[in-house]
Amino acid sequence: MRLLLRRLMFYAVTAWVAITINFLLPRLMPGDPISAVVDRFNGQLSPEASQALAAAFGFDSHASLWSQYVTYLGDIFHGEFGLSFTYFPTPVSSVIANSLPWTIALLGVSTVIASVLGTFLGVVAGWRRGTWLDSVLPIGAFLRGIPHFWFGLIFVTVAAVGLGWFPVSGGYDSSLAPSLTPAFLESAVYHSILPAITVIIGSIAAHMLTQRNMMVTTLAEDYVLVAEAKGLSSRRVMIDYAARNAILPAVAGFAIELGLVVSGSLLVEKVFSYPGIGYVLFEAVHNEDFPLLQAILLVTTFAVLTANLLADLAFFVLDPRTRDT
Amino acid sequence: MTAATITDAVSVAPAGRRFNRRTVLRSRKIKAGLVLIGIFVLMGVIGPWVSPYDPSANVAGTMLPPSLSHPFGTTALGEDVLSQVLSGTRLSLEVGVVAALIGETIAAIVGITAGYLGGLADEGLSLLTNIFLVIPILPLQILIIAYLGNTGWFLMALIIALTGWSHGSRKLRAQTLSIRRRDFVEAARAAGEPNWRIILFEILPNEWAIIATGFLFHVLSGIIVQTSLSFLGLGRLSSWSWGAMLYWSQNNNAFLVGAWWWYLPPGICLALVGMGLALVNLGIDEVINPRLRDGGRLPGRSGARRRRGDPVPAGQTGRSARKK
Repeated sequence: MRLLLRRLMFYAVTAWVAITINFLLPRLMPGDPISAVVDRFNGQLSPEASQALAAAFGFDSHASLWSQYVTYLGDIFHGEFGLSFTYFPTPVSSVIANSLPWTIALLGVSTVIASVLGTFLGVVAGWRRGTWLDSVLPIGAFLRGIPHFWFGLIFVTVAAVGLGWFPVSGGYDSSLAPSLTPAFLESAVYHSILPAITVIIGSIAAHMLTQRNMMVTTLAEDYVLVAEAKGLSSRRVMIDYAARNAILPAVAGFAIELGLVVSGSLLVEKVFSYPGIGYVLFEAVHNEDFPLLQAILLVTTFAVLTANLLADLAFFVLDPRTRDT
Repeated sequence: MTAATITDAVSVAPAGRRFNRRTVLRSRKIKAGLVLIGIFVLMGVIGPWVSPYDPSANVAGTMLPPSLSHPFGTTALGEDVLSQVLSGTRLSLEVGVVAALIGETIAAIVGITAGYLGGLADEGLSLLTNIFLVIPILPLQILIIAYLGNTGWFLMALIIALTGWSHGSRKLRAQTLSIRRRDFVEAARAAGEPNWRIILFEILPNEWAIIATGFLFHVLSGIIVQTSLSFLGLGRLSSWSWGAMLYWSQNNNAFLVGAWWWYLPPGICLALVGMGLALVNLGIDEVINPRLRDGGRLPGRSGARRRRGDPVPAGQTGRSARKK
């Protein structure tokens, strides 16, 4: 229990640090980018709008830094991230709310598939070390060096443009309105197959290599030798003795890499114009939409923290050692 | 049992083992990796001079598929793709290497200090490391670069380094923790050596392999991040890099019109560099952790399995492996 509390504290601190970085960054930057942006939009926006803009940063030249900070924390706590320039005058929070489910669905499903498949391949490759399966090492190394989005470009060319098997872009058929009807869901799933395959291929190698090396290390443990000496079937030794012990540390290692996976996958959405956070991120970059960029940093951080917390809970259930204290 | 069990699943290499150059070069993986990296370093050095054309000049018809005069075809502006790949190699590698140099230095300072000092210093530095591990760094980097505006490549490398050092630091901390109580360190401490001397002359030499793999990993992630950021349209896209090529090809819908010769080469170069770096890393991993070395087991397993790396003192494993 103490362990879990410690983790919760860590997540709280991390969330606070992310928020504080977000608050301080625009204020530390040379040349006062906020005023620059506000000035630039001054001509185009009504006075109320540019005021809203300044408020989005908690930016009030009359207030002290501390009171700006307190206001900012309060706003974040209430989910108020200000107004987006890109989709002006839509609040950033609703831009995020519209795109986040897409990203969570796409990334959630493909991460689960990639980790299950990658773990399985890694277990087998580790068990059959010294055979032709060792070729997974250079292949995995090759796959790992490629940015996810580049796979996306290839898939679009081959499977969407060339063969016409899948739609080229978008998250759903534009003739349908987003709803929970079977027709819409079907079209959403159809549109997400190619991006999902891209994310899976991009991240499977990491799972596979970590799992294989963990497996090989575990196979050298004495209890595996004992299990073998007892004459247990090799299938049983592989699954119940070696893999079972190798999976937990490998998964823990992967939870740490989650931030990287999310980063890589955000770009995949841009390639496919998939209506998730990654695509919004791209739009925000192009329009120098700082409130939206800041909110995306916070939201992705919170999402990764939540995923880590879920992983911790799973550990708590699976690994009795974590419950000892 | 502490929180370390969940987060710190770092495999700690047996320390105290020093290798001569021959042990390292015997590994086929390392050799192959070094050759691949060498080719690209050469390309980076001489690329701008051997480019057949000016990479930014309109030298031929637009979107020409590969031909004899333009082996990689041309872009939508009639630029020669091969020249762009050759000229872009230098910048891509430069960003990676500079980011890695700075990033790995930070990682070493933070990781080794945390592991060696322990106590409150460790708590603080580990917290900092873990925070940077968890925060998705791409949105953070994008935000910083967007605020800074027109970012030159050195600044970009600096930002990549300042946000991406945590992975190396975590591994080095784990390794330092495992050797700080070894006899030779205790002996140095008993002899009254100052901390900086112990760290530089007793601990650091035993961590070179981890620093080296960390450095190579950093180079790769630096190149990938730079490519990703350029692909999003950040940084200075007028100077050629593989990322800038990908950005312009996507911007001109190269993949919708099937101009594969435009965006395939930078991606393949990236993958080959990545493969070279990863092969060297896999090779070093196997040198420091003999359990990972392949070829040690027969397909039939059971009785035939040899566990070389096991309780044998780490120093002897290399020799017994060689006998086979």
